[in-house]
Amino acid sequence: MNLATISLAYLKARSLNTLLNILLLALGVATIVLLLLATTQLDNRMRRDAQGIDLVVGAKGSPMQVILSSIYALDVPTGNIPYTQAQEIAKHRTVKKAIPLALGDSYKGARIVGTTHAYLDHYGARLAAGKRWEKVLEAVIGADVAARLNLKLGDRFHGSHGMGESGEAHEEHPYVVVGILQPSGTVLDRLVICSVESVWAMHASHHEIKDISDIANRLKDEEKEYTALLIQYASPIAAAMLPRYVNNNSAMQAASPAYETARLFSIIGVGVDVLRGFALVLVFSAGLSVFIALYNALNERRYDLAVMRTLGARPRTLLLLLLFEGLLLALIGGVLGIVLGHALAEGLGHALRAAQQVSVTGWTWVKEEWWVLALAAGVGIVAALIPAWRAYRTDIAGTLARG
Amino acid sequence: MFSLRNVQHAYDGKPVLTVPEWQARQGEQWLMLGPSGSGKTTLLHVLAGILRPTSGQVTVADQDMMALSSSATDRFRGKNIGIVLQRLHLIDSLTVMRNLLLAQYMAGEAQDAARVRDVLASLDMADKADARPHELSHGQAQRVAVARAVVNKPKLLLADEPTSNLDDARCVQVLDLLLAQAKACGATLVIATHDQRIKSRVANHYELKGAA
Repeated sequence: MNLATISLAYLKARSLNTLLNILLLALGVATIVLLLLATTQLDNRMRRDAQGIDLVVGAKGSPMQVILSSIYALDVPTGNIPYTQAQEIAKHRTVKKAIPLALGDSYKGARIVGTTHAYLDHYGARLAAGKRWEKVLEAVIGADVAARLNLKLGDRFHGSHGMGESGEAHEEHPYVVVGILQPSGTVLDRLVICSVESVWAMHASHHEIKDISDIANRLKDEEKEYTALLIQYASPIAAAMLPRYVNNNSAMQAASPAYETARLFSIIGVGVDVLRGFALVLVFSAGLSVFIALYNALNERRYDLAVMRTLGARPRTLLLLLLFEGLLLALIGGVLGIVLGHALAEGLGHALRAAQQVSVTGWTWVKEEWWVLALAAGVGIVAALIPAWRAYRTDIAGTLARG
Repeated sequence: MFSLRNVQHAYDGKPVLTVPEWQARQGEQWLMLGPSGSGKTTLLHVLAGILRPTSGQVTVADQDMMALSSSATDRFRGKNIGIVLQRLHLIDSLTVMRNLLLAQYMAGEAQDAARVRDVLASLDMADKADARPHELSHGQAQRVAVARAVVNKPKLLLADEPTSNLDDARCVQVLDLLLAQAKACGATLVIATHDQRIKSRVANHYELKGAA
């Protein structure tokens, strides 16, 4: 028997009230933890996908749309850019690395990205099976795509025009799966990746070309198009020169991933702040509820407290007993809330995966969660302060003389 | 064992207790008698160190109670004084076993389940160790209250009106219980009562006259 077991016995004795307080606190904590997990993972993922990309060159339009479509595979592209002008930029002296992307097709919700092997290297992609593409219409698929669509090496599939599932199918030219990537936690997981030429080949019929095996040579340069260029600067000076060069000299525009994602987060941030405020209100009301419960319980327990004093308890023992009860309640609620928050994050992750969005998992621990637990414990202790003080001041003789 | 000299207590300047002199030796058994309102409970609280009288000398087990700090008084009471309250006040959230362990814990003594079982057995309550107080009859609850008071082998055992509202047979049982348990641990026993039925059973009487 110690303060913990006594506290626990009292919590059990009024279990309905205890349950209510624990639930209230758990809901608040769960909301905070869910927000924490979602924003941290989203932030990490966004950062990882944009890592090493200083600038994206795309067609004129919303710069955020250019970033979302080319780096994160989230929005639709703004349009295409001419091959020859893109080549000029790629060869610019301030450019260290330029990865072309040809977008526009998809297969059952997975985007098809025509690019070069440099794109795979940029994200450090590793093959789980097969090899990289070598010929036109050979494709490498991301781990999520392979799992979701149950695609294996050698499988053939038809891409369709557009990002939805209802686009017109490119019936004449099936892709063949030659490689499956290991999960990387990047945008690659959600993509079907092939050569730029493969994407061009899909649209070869517009140019009345029948034999697509040599498509790059058969298309005239002015018939070739990219959707975007992912660019890494050669030196910091490029940041001052290249965007202006792109914006002034072409029908293209330069969009900065760092700037646009910061802008995106400041927009999302408002919603996150509102939710966080709501969660704090929940935690605060849980604290208030714990306070009221302990305060009311004092009335029923005044004889118990007086009796403990007659048995030799010092005032500070009773103080600690009440504080401990608040703390215990808060810790149970806090731990339950954290478990609940992780379960919600995992559930949300499943829903997002089904919708082909950036996914979230509950199977991770963010170090800020310790602070959430500390917050819950703090709320429990603060809620118990006044009841504990009253227990400390118990007038034994007066209480016992009255009954 | 204990001695009171010129003890006076007043609430808001109104005297409620006057004890010119009272001395008892270790192992003696006493009745503290007096009409209701004469200050029996107050005097019991003074003896227990629950209440510090306005003036006078109080010595219990060679300890000058007036000289002890408040937290030292709590410790002293836990180790040396057992109290059976009139309304018993067992803690209902805890089992009988734990009510008794609580007495050991709060007194700062080692928790000794074997000792608790012995005490319960001596009161014929061994089978109720895991019961909750509200599951007990009044008689059983009273025995648990006595057990709680003697579990730490006190030097002084105090009981406040233990036989009021009991029929004659029960009254005798409870008195026997208190006398036997006090004897078993060698404690000095003081029973505060206005119950005339038990007068003849206890040799030493102290009559409270009421406040002057």
